[in-house]
Amino acid sequence: MSDLESFRQRAQSWLEESCPASMREPVQHQQDIEWGGRAAQERNDDKMLWLERLGKQGWTCPTWPAEYGGGGLSNEEAKIVQEEMRRIGARPALTSFGISMLGPVLLEYANEDQKKRFLPEIVQGKIWWCQGYSEPGAGSDLASLQCRAEDKGDHYLVNGQKIWTSYADKADWIFCLVRTDPAAPKHDGISFLLFDMASPGVTISPIALISGASPFCQTFFEDVKVPKDQIVGKLGSGWTIAKRLLQHERSMIGGMGFGIGGGPSRTIPDVAKEYCGEVDGRIADPASRQRVAQFQMDQRCFSATTRRAAEEAKAGTPPGPKSSMFKLYGTEMNKRRHELLISLMGTQALGWEGDGFSAEELAETRDWLRSFGNSIEGGTSEVQLNILAKRVLGLPD
Amino acid sequence: MALVLTEEQELLKQTAREFIQEKSPVSELRRLRDARDPTGLDRGLWKEMAELGWAGVLYPEEYGGMDLGYVELGQIFEECGRALVAQPLLSTVVLAGGCVLEGGNETQKKDVLTAVAAGERLLALAHQEGAHHDPHAIATRAESKPDGYELNGRKTFVLDGHIADQIVVVARTSGENGDRDGLTLFLVDPDTAGLEITRTLMVDGRNSSLVELDRAVVSRTSVIGEVGRGANILDRVLDRATVALSAEMLGTLSEAFDKTVDYLKTREQFGQVIGTFQALKHRAAQMFVEIELTRSIVLEALSAIDADDSDTSLLASCAKARCNDAIFMIGNEAIQMYGGIGVTDEEDIGLFLKRARVTQLTLGNSAWHLGRFATLQGY
Ligand SMILES: Cc1cc2nc3c(=O)[nH]c(=O)nc-3n(C[C@H](O)[C@H](O)[C@H](O)COP(=O)(O)OP(=O)(O)OC[C@H]3O[C@@H](n4cnc5c(N)ncnc54)[C@H](O)[C@@H]3O)c2cc1C
Repeated sequence: MSDLESFRQRAQSWLEESCPASMREPVQHQQDIEWGGRAAQERNDDKMLWLERLGKQGWTCPTWPAEYGGGGLSNEEAKIVQEEMRRIGARPALTSFGISMLGPVLLEYANEDQKKRFLPEIVQGKIWWCQGYSEPGAGSDLASLQCRAEDKGDHYLVNGQKIWTSYADKADWIFCLVRTDPAAPKHDGISFLLFDMASPGVTISPIALISGASPFCQTFFEDVKVPKDQIVGKLGSGWTIAKRLLQHERSMIGGMGFGIGGGPSRTIPDVAKEYCGEVDGRIADPASRQRVAQFQMDQRCFSATTRRAAEEAKAGTPPGPKSSMFKLYGTEMNKRRHELLISLMGTQALGWEGDGFSAEELAETRDWLRSFGNSIEGGTSEVQLNILAKRVLGLPD
Repeated sequence: MALVLTEEQELLKQTAREFIQEKSPVSELRRLRDARDPTGLDRGLWKEMAELGWAGVLYPEEYGGMDLGYVELGQIFEECGRALVAQPLLSTVVLAGGCVLEGGNETQKKDVLTAVAAGERLLALAHQEGAHHDPHAIATRAESKPDGYELNGRKTFVLDGHIADQIVVVARTSGENGDRDGLTLFLVDPDTAGLEITRTLMVDGRNSSLVELDRAVVSRTSVIGEVGRGANILDRVLDRATVALSAEMLGTLSEAFDKTVDYLKTREQFGQVIGTFQALKHRAAQMFVEIELTRSIVLEALSAIDADDSDTSLLASCAKARCNDAIFMIGNEAIQMYGGIGVTDEEDIGLFLKRARVTQLTLGNSAWHLGRFATLQGY
């Protein structure tokens, strides 16, 4: 038996023993997703049990080095773990910006002490991280950010405002872009800072979305003291790290959408048959039938592209500007998916709350409204097109 | 199924590209067209391609082939597509040759495939009857007679028909127009009495013809496969040809895009290159993304054929519909981005546009493939 085969067997039996039965049920609601964090440590339900077990094994971050709490697995082994988890329907134990965004840049840019300090907590889901990038005056033009951090000898003093900070009201720590040198050209005066959201001087005010949910906040910093060893990379080199993190974020967002993130659990053709009727096994309305087929074909092409990129990527290569393609297409596609679903479901997908609608229908309305943020968060579609044109096609400014 | 090429496959692709750049750049298609060349392609060049093994890529070694797969053949198609090479790969090797390979008896295979692999024989498939691809819409009749079968009917859009040394004719031995059952394939000599071939000049300068059958009598030994069960062969061959053509389209649309991006970087207006304008940049980036998706699905479909995957038909439709839409978008955008020069005959980009439209309609437009995809998916 090859090493990989025996690894598969060990993974199988470990998962069989360790994954609680309730964690093998499909993720259906937002609250099924586990984000970890300090508050979560107080709970002792199946979700936490699963997180604790998987985290100890390092398999929430299978390819990260074992010395920082990761699984220390090769790409092939990590793929096996993923396959085996999928086979038994195991849910991801942890979803977090720590795993998908911060961790990879810490591995690349942080010093040894910082890696030892922050990475194991990310793997085990002990800290919930949020992202402090956008400001009221700095959205697409992120590098024009104004939030200041002043050198006060033994610490930095942070003053300013962030906006659209997802889950700032739940998060424990923030990775934050701050201006440390207002005199320098705008890309050069930025630094990448980590700090505790419980620090004195941090205030948070949630913002309601069109979907009715309130997942993001305005975040204010007034004389927040940050120890100096919490800057990642050199003073003034934050922009490079910030951009790399965005590439990781874009790959992540681009790949999302088809797993969690809503939509009826039935397939789109089944939804179409239910709401539009069926003649001889076909979706009754030919125009809807064509739209469903078009969507499914594009989905198939996109998933082939995701797989091709994974095969092409050499082990450990960070995502490049091509990640903009996945962000762009993945999110536009997710929006299309929800538009298609509500057009098929008709007025049943436009209820707000109460009688006359199933829970699934009401959820679809909200998911559809949420999907509008997909092509804005993590950099708008237009910004992704700018990046592709410039960095991939080499078209000049 | 792997979605990256192996080193050998990369090498094959590279060799193909270099050979074509040297022997048959786009100017060669222009030359054939302007000269109203009676064969419409260069048989000498085809012979050279066969010597490189291209004509027999798919065929077993015992017939002089290389016994490789569609992923390999696809790379050759793609490179031919890049330079709009007039060659008989689709008509001879994949369509008509494919029918013999899939359904022929030993004698037929030995005779036909060996000659094709050597570059000595050209074939054509006489299949389509109306203005659109519709595989089982066959009205052409084959009636059993004491001395063989008598064929009556009319075939359109027969690729390379007027230069073919043998023609595979799809005719109905039973059933009604539209039925899948009752089709039979015949391997026919173009000199058969009652068989008339007329060359039709197409907008892309490539070969096509009408084949009319008026009481043309062919022998019983000319039947390929089983009488009345021709669709079993035909459907498999059409899926494979659809994917091979998709690979050619991928080459054509990629080249049209590369040319256009080069143009955006060189043409100046308002004191700057036009590639600085965001209105054009965004459209170029959109096309880039469409091409990446197209490349993935074409590769997946080619690999599916080689793996004899049960999703092959589904993927063939997926690949063709996507190539159709991508080549349409890129052909049209390219002309617009070139401005006035784009609509002149002198600039090559127009040749890409013309070829784009012909390939879109060959072996099924997008609506047809969408419908088939939905049917295969059970809705
Ligand atoms: C659901 C959601 C979650 C988010 N979570 C976070 C978070 O956790 N942390 C965080 O820091 N931020 C977060 N954001 C903020 C997000 O990154 C910004 O909204 C985004 O970068 C766009 O900035 P903006 O909203 O200021 O829009 P603007 O930049 O004002 O853009 C307005 C319009 O102008 C277009 N535009 C702008 N510049 C150009 C250009 N150069 N070329 C062409 N078009 C242009 C845009 O594409 C857009 O259509 C989140 C946003 C959403 C919607």
